Amino acid sequence: MIPIALKPKFNASFLQHLFALALMVLAMTLLSDKFATADNLFNVMRQISVNLCISVGMTLVILTGGIDLSVGSILAFSGAIAAGLVEWGIGITGIDAFIGFTFFGVVLAALIAGGALGWFNGLMITRFKVPPFVATLAMLTMARGFTMLYTGGFPITGLGYTFAFVGTGWWLGIPMPVWVSIGVIALFTFFMRKTKTGRYIYAVGGNEKATRLSGVNVRRVKMVVYTLAGVLSAVAGILVTARLDSAQPNAGMGYELDSIAAVVIGGTSLNGGKGSIIGTVIGALIIGVLNNGLVLLNVSPFWQQVIKGMVILLAVIIEKAGRKKD
Amino acid sequence: MINGTSHIILQAQGITKRWPGVLALDSVYFNVYAGQVNAVVGENGAGKSTLMNILSGTYTEYEGRVLLNGEEIRFKNTADAQRAGISMIHQELNLVPCLSVAENIFLGREPQTPFGTIDYREMYRQAEEILDCLQFTEDIRRPVSDLRVGRQQVVEIAKALSFDARVLIMDEPTSSLSENETTLLFKTIASLTAKGVGIVYITHKMDELTQIANRVTVLRDGRFVSESEVSDTPVEEIIRLMVGRERKDLFVKRSHPVGEKRLEARNVCLRSEEGSKHIVKDISFEAHASEVLGIYGLMGAGRTELFETIFGLHGRRGTGTLLIGDRRVMPRNPKEAIGHGIALIPEDRKTDGLVLEMDIARNIALASLDRVLKGGVLHFRGERAQAEGFRRKFDIKSHSVRQKAQELSGGNQQKVVLSKWLLTDPDILLLDEPTRGIDINAKNEIYRLIDHLAGKGMAIVVISSELPEIMAVSDRIITLCEGRLTGEFFREEFSEEKILKASLPEK
Repeated sequence: MIPIALKPKFNASFLQHLFALALMVLAMTLLSDKFATADNLFNVMRQISVNLCISVGMTLVILTGGIDLSVGSILAFSGAIAAGLVEWGIGITGIDAFIGFTFFGVVLAALIAGGALGWFNGLMITRFKVPPFVATLAMLTMARGFTMLYTGGFPITGLGYTFAFVGTGWWLGIPMPVWVSIGVIALFTFFMRKTKTGRYIYAVGGNEKATRLSGVNVRRVKMVVYTLAGVLSAVAGILVTARLDSAQPNAGMGYELDSIAAVVIGGTSLNGGKGSIIGTVIGALIIGVLNNGLVLLNVSPFWQQVIKGMVILLAVIIEKAGRKKD
Repeated sequence: MINGTSHIILQAQGITKRWPGVLALDSVYFNVYAGQVNAVVGENGAGKSTLMNILSGTYTEYEGRVLLNGEEIRFKNTADAQRAGISMIHQELNLVPCLSVAENIFLGREPQTPFGTIDYREMYRQAEEILDCLQFTEDIRRPVSDLRVGRQQVVEIAKALSFDARVLIMDEPTSSLSENETTLLFKTIASLTAKGVGIVYITHKMDELTQIANRVTVLRDGRFVSESEVSDTPVEEIIRLMVGRERKDLFVKRSHPVGEKRLEARNVCLRSEEGSKHIVKDISFEAHASEVLGIYGLMGAGRTELFETIFGLHGRRGTGTLLIGDRRVMPRNPKEAIGHGIALIPEDRKTDGLVLEMDIARNIALASLDRVLKGGVLHFRGERAQAEGFRRKFDIKSHSVRQKAQELSGGNQQKVVLSKWLLTDPDILLLDEPTRGIDINAKNEIYRLIDHLAGKGMAIVVISSELPEIMAVSDRIITLCEGRLTGEFFREEFSEEKILKASLPEK
C-alpha cells in the first residue's frame, strides 16, 4: 500500500481517461490511414465542438445531481431564433415597422432565448419541486414545439457572411467552432474552480442538506445551473445554425444522449458532487473519435450505435471497479 | 427466575453485542413470560432496541444464547424469527401504504389459487378471522394509508398474529397514539395475554407500567440492571435504577461569570409538515454570554427540531420570536440565522454537517466563502492556510487539509464541522449531540473546547442524550418532553433523578 501522501497529485481517474483516449487515438491511427490526417482531425474537432458546449452545461447540471434532457430542443429553438432574427428581425404589427439586428444582437438574443428556457426548467425544479427528469422532459417537447411554431416547420436559410465565418471559417489555423468550444471550456473550468457559485455547485451535489445548513441558497444555485445549461445549448445552437447556414427545425434531436454519455464517460457521477469539466472534455473527445473512426472504418451505422452503447457501459464499469479498490 | 404462574417462552442469556468501538449490550439477561407483559425501560442508548432487534432476528451477530421454550435458537433473519412465533412491531410501522389491509398482512405469503394467482377470497377470509378478534371494523380492502396510526398498528399486530405469534415485541407503541387509541391498544394487549402470548413492551411512560405491565426490566448503558414485579416496584425506584450509575468524572468544568443575555427565544413553535401537529410547542428560553445551556430530552422530545427552527431550516412552519441583542427576528433560512450570529453544529455529521467528497479545507470554508475571495475569485492558498490553522489548533488527525472529509474518523470529522462554524465567528453556538459516536478522547477534547469557547464569551446551547455528559458541561439545563418545555435546573440543583423525571411524559 502506498501512503496516501505519496499518491500522484493528478487524480488517478483523470489519467485513466486520458489513457483510454490515447489508446483509442492510437488504435484508429493504426487501423485507418485517413484518421491521423490534419483534415480529418480538424473535422473531428469541429464535429465535437457542438457536443462540447452542450456537455459543459450538462456537467454543471449533473454535478448538482440533476439531469437536463431539453438541451437538444433548446439548441434548435435558439438556432431558429438566431436565424429568424437575421432573416426577418422583429416586425411590429400595426405600425408596419420592423427591428433589424446586428450580428451581436442576434447572438445575444439567441443566448437569452436559450437561457430563458433553461431558467424555466430551473423554476419548475426549485419552485414547484418537479423532478429534473420530468421538468426537462417536458421542456424537450415544449421547446421543440416552439421551434416548429416559430419556423412553421421549414428551415430558415441564408444567414450571410458573418455566420458562415463562425460556422466554417478558420482563425490562426483553427476552425472557428473549435475556438468557441475552447473558450467555453476555459471559461467554465475557471468558473467551476475559482468562483463561489462553482464551489456551491459541487457542494449542492455532494450534500444538499449540509450545504443549505451552511447558509447557501440552494435554489439559487440550481436556477443558475439550469439557466447556464440553456445558454450553453444556445451557443451550440448558434454553431450548428452557422455551420449549415440554416436553422433546421429538427436540429439537435437526440443530442442530450451524446452529451450525457460524454459526461458519464468523463467520470462525473450521476449522483452529483463529483466530476470535472476537463473529464467531460475527454469524454466528448472519446465519443467524437469513436464516431469518426467507425465511419472511417466503414462500420455499419447500426453497429456504430451498438458499439457506442457498449463503450458507455464499459466506461462506467471500469470507473466503479477503480473506486472499489480505493 | 421462574415466575410461579407462568413459564418463560423466550429467554436471552448473557447477550453481548459489539459495534465498532462501542459495546452496545454487555452480557444482558432477559425473559419473556407466557401471558404476561414484561416492560423494558431505560434511557436512550441503554440497549433496549439493540436487544429487541436481536430477539426478533434483525441483528444476527452477537455473543450469548437465545432460548425458545428452553432450546437454543439462532435466527437467520426476521422472517425466520416470525416463523418461530416472534414478531416485533417497530415504532416506525413497516406497512406498505398503498396496499390494502389484507394484502399487508399476507405480504410475501399470499394464499394462491391453483393457477398461481393470488386467492383474494381466501386472503380476505383469513384476514377477517384474525382481525375480528382484534375488534377491527374497518374495510380490509382499503389501503392502509387511509387508516389512522392506531388502526395501522392493529394491522401490524394482525400481521404478527397471522404468523401465530407467541411473543410480540412492541417498541413504544403509544408514542403516536391518541388517548382513545391507547385504551383500545391496551384492551388488545389484554386479550392477547389472555391467550398466552408473551408481550415485550418498551416504553418511557411510567404510568403505562402500572396499567398494563406485570413485570419491569431495567437496562442501563447496555447492561441488565433488574427485573421485578411492577406491583412491588414504585416509580421512584424504577427511575433510580435507570440512572443509578457510578460517577466517573470525565471532565471538570471551569466556572465563568455569566454575561449579558445573548439570545432569548420566545414562544418557538414548529408545525409538522401536514400542519396538524406541533412538534415544538411554545418553547421560550434565554441563553447568556459565557454560559452553557444544556437541553435534555428523550428521543422525539423535539430537541433537534427546536434547534432547526431557531436556525431557520423549516421556513414558515416555524413561528416565534428570537431576541438577539436589540433585534427581534425569526430566521426564514439558515443564511439569515448565520447573519444573526447563530451557528448550528448538527446531530448527524455525515448527512447534515459535511460534504464528504470535499476535502477538509473546502468543508471548513463552505459557510464563509467570502473570507477566501480575492477580487471575487477563490484564493486556494488562503483557504488552505485558514484550514491549516484549525487543523493545528484542534489537532485534526489527517495527512493534510487536502484530505477528503469521508476519510476521517468521527471525532476528527466533528472537529472539521466545528471549525467550519467557528470560522463564521458566531455569538451563539448551538450544538446538537456533539459527542455522538466519537471516542472518549475526542469527547473530552470537545468538552474542553465548549468550556474554552464559553470562557471567551460565546453563548452555548448544547443538546445531549447522556445525562452525565450534559450535567458535566452545562451551567443550566432545561428539559423537553413531547415538544414542550418541562423543567429548568441550575447547576447547584442538578440531579440525574430530577432531570430524568422532568423529561419523562406524564399522563
